[in-house]
Amino acid sequence: MGAAPASRDVISYGMGLAAPLALFFLLFFVAPLLQLFWLSLHNDTAGLHWGLGQYLHFLTDPFSLSVLGSTLLLGAEVTAVCLVLGFPIAWLYQRVGPKLQTIIILIVLLPLLTSVVVRTFAWIVILGRQGIINATLQSLGIIDTPIKLLYTQFGVVIALAQVQMPLMTLPLITALGRIDPNLDDASCSLGAGSWRTFFKIVLPLSLPGVIAGCTLTYAAAITAFITQSLVGGGQMLFMPMYLYQQASTLQNWPFAAAISIIFLLAVLAVVSVFTTLGRMSRGYGGV
Amino acid sequence: MAEAQGGRSLVVDAVTHRYPSGALAVENINLDIKGGEIIALLGPSGCGKTTLLRIIAGFIAQSQGRIIIGDDIVDALPPNRRAVGIVFQNYALFPHLSISENVAYGLAARGIDKATRQREAQRLLELVQLPAMAERLPRQLSGGQQQRVALARALAIKPSILLLDEPFAALDKNLRLDMQIEVKRLQRVSGITTLIVTHDQEEALSMADRVAVLSHGKLEQFGSPSDVYDRPQTLFVNTFVGSTNRMPGIVVSADRTAAKIRLDAGAEIIARPAAGALTEGGRVTVCIRPEHLQFVGDETGFAGVVGMSLPLGATVVHEVTTADGSGVKISQARIGETRALESGAAVRLAPLAPSLANAFPATL
Ligand SMILES: Nc1ncnc2c1ncn2[C@@H]1O[C@H](COP(=O)(O)OP(=O)(O)OP(=O)(O)O)[C@@H](O)[C@H]1O
Ligand SMILES: [Mg+2]
Repeated sequence: MGAAPASRDVISYGMGLAAPLALFFLLFFVAPLLQLFWLSLHNDTAGLHWGLGQYLHFLTDPFSLSVLGSTLLLGAEVTAVCLVLGFPIAWLYQRVGPKLQTIIILIVLLPLLTSVVVRTFAWIVILGRQGIINATLQSLGIIDTPIKLLYTQFGVVIALAQVQMPLMTLPLITALGRIDPNLDDASCSLGAGSWRTFFKIVLPLSLPGVIAGCTLTYAAAITAFITQSLVGGGQMLFMPMYLYQQASTLQNWPFAAAISIIFLLAVLAVVSVFTTLGRMSRGYGGV
Repeated sequence: MAEAQGGRSLVVDAVTHRYPSGALAVENINLDIKGGEIIALLGPSGCGKTTLLRIIAGFIAQSQGRIIIGDDIVDALPPNRRAVGIVFQNYALFPHLSISENVAYGLAARGIDKATRQREAQRLLELVQLPAMAERLPRQLSGGQQQRVALARALAIKPSILLLDEPFAALDKNLRLDMQIEVKRLQRVSGITTLIVTHDQEEALSMADRVAVLSHGKLEQFGSPSDVYDRPQTLFVNTFVGSTNRMPGIVVSADRTAAKIRLDAGAEIIARPAAGALTEGGRVTVCIRPEHLQFVGDETGFAGVVGMSLPLGATVVHEVTTADGSGVKISQARIGETRALESGAAVRLAPLAPSLANAFPATL
């Protein structure tokens, strides 16, 4: 009887509760974004001429396009490394006793408990010319001269992968934990070996977690200003730093704004591909 | 080999299992199952039924003992090489695969080509009467239908042994009966040696050729349904299978086949020594099922006062309080002239026959 009006009350009540956050977003997210967009529509720094000049400039400039390309590629590489390393950890987590589980979760979460700056400097210490890796390899006589690890794509990918690893591992742990352990046994009793069980059952059923992890890792990796710039150094330029240079050093605000919008759209495109895949795989998770 | 229609024999030879946590889940279990038999593993929750099933399937390596399927000791074989089909209590269908892919899964694992697989899956779905569901996902099926698919999936690999863990527990009563008949039919058609785990005694008694009753990890009795019901070997079996009245008493005289017992309720009756010889003067518990008691007119039985009468459909159960103050239930078929018994009426009761009263040495 009273259910319908009551539930409507609950809904309007809920909306009211969301209002402060909505206002906050409107004021500090939507408004600046619109301002940014408005700024990017100016052809000159003085803001006298309207037009799409900044966008045309970016899209016809091979250098700008290469920065965008290498940033998106960096994201893909970091995501791939995190997935390949994170999956076994998550898989292991579901198959060990409670004590080991605590240890694994601690190791996974540990990076989140230290500041990104600290973690990045640690990587500089590890990867540098006189860093831990080079020193070890040299003392073992494997190499004569230090190999260049810092300020390389490889270095950036490794450092970012470590920094973003929890974003991949946690969704994977959740997704694998949702799989009924009987499915493993069922597959096995039907004659499937462990590899077939993994590829036919475990992997497809963990897809929602894989997609969530990839989305988070990807978005975090390509926007990771600090790690990118410190480990990448001056020679490697990625979108966040490019943007920073244009805005801060060159004071070219309209161009910086256009870069932001293009970067935002590029990220949105990739993320929406992931979410579409996620929606398609949702059916897999069962009930 | 000797087995008639492809079902292989299964021997559980002195199997004991202790979990790493220290829990002794099954203890020295011996079962000798012929090819093509249906066996029910019956016992209360936690008695080790699932553990024994998982040992046979190969998911758990037992601490001691052997599992022999046909002529092979299979202890060293992993589950995927034992050719044992298993139906899980929650069905464990692969949620992301269609019904026909589920059924064909085991065939794909054996490298059978796609066309054959599909044909075989369709044949099995017809066998379990779900031919039109092939393209659906498991969650688009009802519980009973999922159950049938799980059965078809297990049968697809032509297992030599079929294990069912509480297969009907989640189904409502009517559906359960349908599925019990269905499984029995499929089992008869295929001749597969089948082991059904259940804590439902009716299910065990109605479906199985033989019933193994477990308690606290030990095998209490392994025999035909009528053996287990009418000639229980332990007090546990007598009380767990079917309902029974437990009446304390003392042995007046005893030989191997019959014992004269003076019930505390105040009568001497002849009972069957169910667990071996009884000693004169020893305390015993006599078990008599409600349907094995009768009202008697003369002075033979023990006296009591009728408490409540419960009409339960085809039977009427009367609660009678005996002289020593304990309650006894007696059930009577509800035939036309069944006496209506007033509450408070004085009656006398006696067992229908001496063989229907089982005497066990009192454990206290
Ligand atoms: N993985 C395990 N580790 C330790 N002890 C276990 C484990 N699984 C079961 N046990 C213990 O072993 C005993 C037998 O368990 P089992 O699951 O075989 O019982 P069951 O007869 O199948 O019961 P139910 O009817 O409730 O399913 C129980 O006492 C249980 O607590
Ligand atoms: Mg169980």
